[in-house]
Amino acid sequence: MTDSQRPDEPDPTPAASTVEEAYSVEKQIDLSQKSYSQGQLVVRRFFRHKGAMVSLFVLVFITVMAFTSIGYGIIPNWWGKTFYDAGATVDGGRPTLQLWPFQIGEHPFGQDTIGKDYFALTMRGTQRSLIVAFTVGLLSTVIGTVIGAVAGFYRGWVEAILMRVTDLFIIIPLLVLAAVVGKMAEGIWWLALMLSLLTWTGLARLVRGEVLSLREREFVTAAEAIGTGPGRIIFKHILPNTIGTIIVSATLAIAATILLESALSFLGYGVQAPDTSLGLLISTYQNAFLTRPWLFWWPGLMILAIALSVNFLGDGLRDAFDPRQNRTAD
Amino acid sequence: MTTTTQSDSGQPVYTGSGTPTGDEEVVLGFSDVDVRFKTEFGSVHAVKGVDLKVRPGEVVALVGESGSGKSVTSMTAMRLLPRNATIGGQVDVAGKEVGRLKESSMRRLRGNDVAMVFQEPMTALNPVLTVGTQMVESMELHGVARGASAWKRAIELLGMVGIPEPERQMKKYPHELSGGQRQRVVIAIAISCDPKVIIADEPTTALDVTVQADILDLLRSLKDKLNTGILLITHNMGVVADMADRVAVMFKGEIVERGTVEEVLLHPNHDYTKMLLGSVPRMGHGRGQMGISVKEEVDADAPLAIELKNLVIEYQRLGKTPFRAVDDVSFDVRQGEIVGLVGESGSGKSTIGRCALGLIPAASGEFQLLGQNITGMKRGDLKPLRKRIGVIFQDPAASLNPRLPIGECIAEPLVVHKVGDRKSRQQKVYELLDAVQLPREVYNRYPHEVSGGQRQRISVARALTLDPELLVADEPTSALDVSVQARVLKIFSDLQEQFGFACLFISHDLAVIDLLAHKVVVLQNGRVVEAGPRQQIMENPQEDYTQRLIAAAPVPDPLEQGRRRRERHELLLEQGEEIVELKVDGEEFHQSSQAAVVDTGDTKDTKDTEDVDGTDGRASR
Repeated sequence: MTDSQRPDEPDPTPAASTVEEAYSVEKQIDLSQKSYSQGQLVVRRFFRHKGAMVSLFVLVFITVMAFTSIGYGIIPNWWGKTFYDAGATVDGGRPTLQLWPFQIGEHPFGQDTIGKDYFALTMRGTQRSLIVAFTVGLLSTVIGTVIGAVAGFYRGWVEAILMRVTDLFIIIPLLVLAAVVGKMAEGIWWLALMLSLLTWTGLARLVRGEVLSLREREFVTAAEAIGTGPGRIIFKHILPNTIGTIIVSATLAIAATILLESALSFLGYGVQAPDTSLGLLISTYQNAFLTRPWLFWWPGLMILAIALSVNFLGDGLRDAFDPRQNRTAD
Repeated sequence: MTTTTQSDSGQPVYTGSGTPTGDEEVVLGFSDVDVRFKTEFGSVHAVKGVDLKVRPGEVVALVGESGSGKSVTSMTAMRLLPRNATIGGQVDVAGKEVGRLKESSMRRLRGNDVAMVFQEPMTALNPVLTVGTQMVESMELHGVARGASAWKRAIELLGMVGIPEPERQMKKYPHELSGGQRQRVVIAIAISCDPKVIIADEPTTALDVTVQADILDLLRSLKDKLNTGILLITHNMGVVADMADRVAVMFKGEIVERGTVEEVLLHPNHDYTKMLLGSVPRMGHGRGQMGISVKEEVDADAPLAIELKNLVIEYQRLGKTPFRAVDDVSFDVRQGEIVGLVGESGSGKSTIGRCALGLIPAASGEFQLLGQNITGMKRGDLKPLRKRIGVIFQDPAASLNPRLPIGECIAEPLVVHKVGDRKSRQQKVYELLDAVQLPREVYNRYPHEVSGGQRQRISVARALTLDPELLVADEPTSALDVSVQARVLKIFSDLQEQFGFACLFISHDLAVIDLLAHKVVVLQNGRVVEAGPRQQIMENPQEDYTQRLIAAAPVPDPLEQGRRRRERHELLLEQGEEIVELKVDGEEFHQSSQAAVVDTGDTKDTKDTEDVDGTDGRASR
């Protein structure tokens, strides 16, 4: 390219009719060019993040497989076996899944001690774990955001009370409290609700910090000066500007909840038999690790895959929302 | 600096606008410097082949608006550009080629040969170290002096730049000093190693106008007495006229015009320079500049939009007596009148503006806003009043919500006050966009997609959405480039003429006030110093402070500015104030710097120009 063809050359364009226009430092608003909102820019950056894209694919694949294979509610199943029907144990319950030559076989993940299909069991566990994780991710994010935003915006005694309550929740050992309420709670939705009520604290503090700095910005003052009420200022002007923090925190909360639910079920406080979850499966078959290792590995791998991909997603989202952080010099 | 040299025949020869000839000593030379930045959206060509030379004892001003590449050019001399920069061309500092130096030699070069004075002294100094520690550190690092002798030298240097009681100030932290004193400390650190050239990047932009004049006096005495070369980077044509010997005007990475200060400022050739100079409002020229006109006569018995009676505003402080930001202030603004509220930082002018918006309560006194007393008014009662007031803030980047499309931003007051339906609101926004000369298509764009001046025009549009009777404008053009400021001011004055709103125009820029205001109120430390009609205050100020304030504002004309400077010095002497200058002789200073070096038995390493493979032309840290 020759110098004169460079797109960034100063160009006292013939189109500019006056000297002011030719030498203006203001951007010419290029109306022909597509406009990108901040949201669209974020999406663009996110789709360029390879790790996040692979993770998104893995997560969607696992979710679709978990909910369609053995069915859920009105979703029909295509696997044909259930997680509660026992059958005859074939070949000591060894997995029939083979990579070379490739075959799926009757029981790809094997069978447990009483002959239940282990693929169906793992899928059921994955369903439960995903339900708990995403419910908690959503609920605790909403609770944390609202409490943090209200505390940060109003300051004074409102903030004092809300943040002391937050501190109170933080100092109680999560696992112990979760174990107690988990024992009282009946069913998976109660468990999710209880966990949500315990895990909003981190986000509340993050959001409060962001709101504290945002409320001093001039556009908030400007909104206040034209008579905007506090509710509209918080939800229309402040919170949209913290969306990056909130989304990233939510994904991390999901990953943490997968592990928390597994830990609880492993300890026997989470999902109760005959229903199952990934943590419960591991707990039940921990003694079979040496004799029938697949009973341990399949749910373990599932936990690993879900937690890892959600974490990578959070990573990609954080980079997408905050491109200045962690930029590589290439 | 002369612009001529003697040729063989004895006739003076014009050497192309005072550019140094081949055999003259050059302390800072840029030849064909070219800088590109790699970014997410491709490469940005920031500097495109800049040639510039600075001789000892000469001030060269690099002038340009934001994005012209002037700061980037200067940073190449310090090799302080970020890693994504690619640098071409050659930069010489005191005879050494910067691109070929090793990192260790480069560190020696910074400070010893070239020093920097930054824009914001508060951020240039480390807030957790005392002034003394920071001064001694720079001397010890460069082997100029050590320990007790460095401490002694630091005290001397502080004395030289005119800081009173230097021994006491040495133990203070930067936040305990005023802005002007902080900048003096930065200058003292800069000269502590007796550099051959100083790069001053907007050294006075963050300072008040009287302090700016003092700092410029100090910098001027630096080059006169120490024979230091100064590369002055600025956007302020007044500062250029006051300081520079030669000027280079930059536009989008290229120097479009260069010459002596008289040539460039009085007889500009390039269209860009002409336009730039045409957009600077000049002190003492009053009305009618830049095609801006204001309706002169205000109805003498028009109702009062603002009436202040003995207003006091206090900020509560924990465990201390409240800070009185505004003390016993009284003035009024009539409908259709523009009142300029002038003062330096800390004068309480913005506090009054915020009180008018109902954002801060008054401690005592009376604040009548559109006929209602707002002191002690409840939030709910304020809302209908707020509908009748518009507001423009200083920084358009901060005062627009980055997540709201421009159209929604402008329509926001309509939504908040539940005026009209969706369709009529959109129509109103289109009308306002037309009024501020923006294309209607920006409705769905976001604030980050348009530049500063356009954003400020959006702010103006938003302020006018509800056809306010009163507009509070808090430094509406201070953050803008001059050419952009001219356009915003023009739009503003046109709209004021059209809508006839009253305006409280808060500014530190007297030239802008002179251009627009009907009445001027001068504030100092929360009190009114002087108030009256514009002509009376601007042309015949009575109070010492007002006189100093007006005398300190620089004009972009080197001859006129020279005269104004002398007049200001006379005024200062008359009022018993001090004229700032370096309190030491040049010879004495160079000797004492040398003596300090000998004291410590350290010698400057002169072998600085080793070739290093792979580092030339690349920025590295």
